[in-house]
Amino acid sequence: MELHNDAVIYMDNNATTRIAPEVLETMMPFLADYYGNPSSMHTFGGQVGHALAKARDQVANLIGAEPEEITFTSCGTESDSTAILSALQTYPEKRHIVTTRVEHPAVKNLCENLDRLTGHKHRVTRLKVDADGMLDLGEYEEALTDDTAIVSVMWANNETGVIFPVAEMAKMAKERGILFHTDAVQAVGKVPINLKDLEVDFLSLSGHKLHAPKGVGVLYVRRGTMFVPFLTGGHQEKGRRGGTENVASIIALGKACDLAAERMDDENTRVRALRDKLEEGLLAAVPRSMRNGHQTERLPNTSNISFEFVEGEAILLHMNRYNICASSGSACTSGSLEPSHVLRAMGVPFTAAHGSIRFSLSSYNTEAEIDFVLAKMPGIIESLRQMSPFWKGN
Amino acid sequence: MWEYTDLVKEHFLNPRNVGEVEQADGTGDVGSLACGDALKLTIKVDDKGIITDAKFKTFGCASAIASSSALTEMVKGMSLDEASKITNEDIADYLGGLPKEKMHCSVMGREALEAAIADYRGLTLPMAEGEIVCECFGVTDLEIIRAINESNLRSVEEITNFTKAGGGCGKCEDKLREILQRTVEGKLEWIKPMEKPKKMTTLQKIKKIEDVLEREIRPGLRKDGGDIELIDVDGDFVSVSLRGACKSCAKSQTTIKEYVEKKLRELVLDTLIVEEN
Repeated sequence: MELHNDAVIYMDNNATTRIAPEVLETMMPFLADYYGNPSSMHTFGGQVGHALAKARDQVANLIGAEPEEITFTSCGTESDSTAILSALQTYPEKRHIVTTRVEHPAVKNLCENLDRLTGHKHRVTRLKVDADGMLDLGEYEEALTDDTAIVSVMWANNETGVIFPVAEMAKMAKERGILFHTDAVQAVGKVPINLKDLEVDFLSLSGHKLHAPKGVGVLYVRRGTMFVPFLTGGHQEKGRRGGTENVASIIALGKACDLAAERMDDENTRVRALRDKLEEGLLAAVPRSMRNGHQTERLPNTSNISFEFVEGEAILLHMNRYNICASSGSACTSGSLEPSHVLRAMGVPFTAAHGSIRFSLSSYNTEAEIDFVLAKMPGIIESLRQMSPFWKGN
Repeated sequence: MWEYTDLVKEHFLNPRNVGEVEQADGTGDVGSLACGDALKLTIKVDDKGIITDAKFKTFGCASAIASSSALTEMVKGMSLDEASKITNEDIADYLGGLPKEKMHCSVMGREALEAAIADYRGLTLPMAEGEIVCECFGVTDLEIIRAINESNLRSVEEITNFTKAGGGCGKCEDKLREILQRTVEGKLEWIKPMEKPKKMTTLQKIKKIEDVLEREIRPGLRKDGGDIELIDVDGDFVSVSLRGACKSCAKSQTTIKEYVEKKLRELVLDTLIVEEN
């Protein structure tokens, strides 16, 4: 394949993904022609209801759930909020929640505002991570108490790709009679998930992270789990989530789940090999660079690399000249003037945190793209280091 | 995505005057690696007090690099007196403007220039002598008051955009609002000590927590051969580290929650959550 400068090299798939062409094709008729309301009595609307049912089956299949355990929402954030607030309302006498220091803002900021949202004071335990971004299960076990209403732990970290031992953690929570929620937004479609084998009560996923459109998410609620809706209104989603369904996007998500199941092998072999080639190539070619996150306990598509003594936004804008798209955990890109809370929790030194770049691949990436990035990155870093007052040479 | 002018992009991609002037007559070092941006400005001054050369080394984002590049272009050929009149607005204007969230990059340029001139003249700058208001970025009240007056700031958000103060944990926002109000009303004397704000700032929390640790908690722990160190305060999250015998003690979690947290909630703030680092 020949590369052109105007072709986008998209390595920011943990931010969002392209809609798969097959997915777009599947959803289009429901925007253009079949615009009926699935709740309507007439056939015109009712047939849309059948299409929704199929999408529900497709989502359930990908994660080993039953269709009735799937509730469609607007996004991963809504699913997270729904699960956690439902648990706290189910057990209003329990005032403790266990989570981690590296959660996505969807959970992190919710936990910081629980008192205001529920009207009660809550105790929040945020589990530490080590330098590799891994949890200590001993600390987790000690954190679980009779007062704990819910545990919320992400399946895989969006910044580093580090995977948490969700199966074991869910089991430990279950043994104590504690509800378990996992934000699996980054994991679904990248690693196999079979909820039938797990003790997980709630799981969040998001359409636009697996080649479906933005604006659709799912909350899995294990059958038999007490549930309090977040959005009350009409009887949609069996009363679990009021509001007319985002029909076309839900149907798209169904198709995307089928595709994800088909591509799971490719993701874990070819994409992983591309990721490894990129990572090893960069670490070898650029002095004072380091990987952030555990080497093996990690999503196959994510690589987070710190280039010391240079700043992430400046790196990204140089990459942008070559149409290479990625992300950074630096302060200037976070909008908060402080570097990523994930890297800080891992104890990544400031010299490295500000210069972190996250590459996140998908099955659409090619080897030629990896080679192109490997050819361009060392020069970019070198030119910025020549300008840095902290760079004293190799 | 930040919206940069073509001039900012151009100066970022092709920065002028990168490096260090040999045998510099004045050096201005501002910012730090921890803060995410830093600038080292070196200048050469002739016997008539004219800046004959200026170079920079910058660690930071596109607008920090572009501001540094612009600054060096602006000051070359200027007398020291002319140069000392350059404001951050002048630097931003030279570049056709900066996004408001990035104005602090131009402020960094102005500060480096002042520092370099003061270094040449053998003076120390008064700005650093104020009282630290923003713990996260080490911004003093004097720096904030000056930014408010010079750039006509009218909101806490603007103060953050220009000085970074309040851009970290955000816990000094109330104090910033108060400084803003007083400065705008012209009631605050520059060196007059601050009145006690209503809500506790992070700095106050840290001081109070340290005080309680020292008076109430450490003596007990030391009796058992242990100790405790305050690592960080992030909102209501208080991060501590147990030392000595406490570190390996099986009851360390209980010590933290039942003893340390209880005491701190009782004596400092009842919403504090103590975590072991």
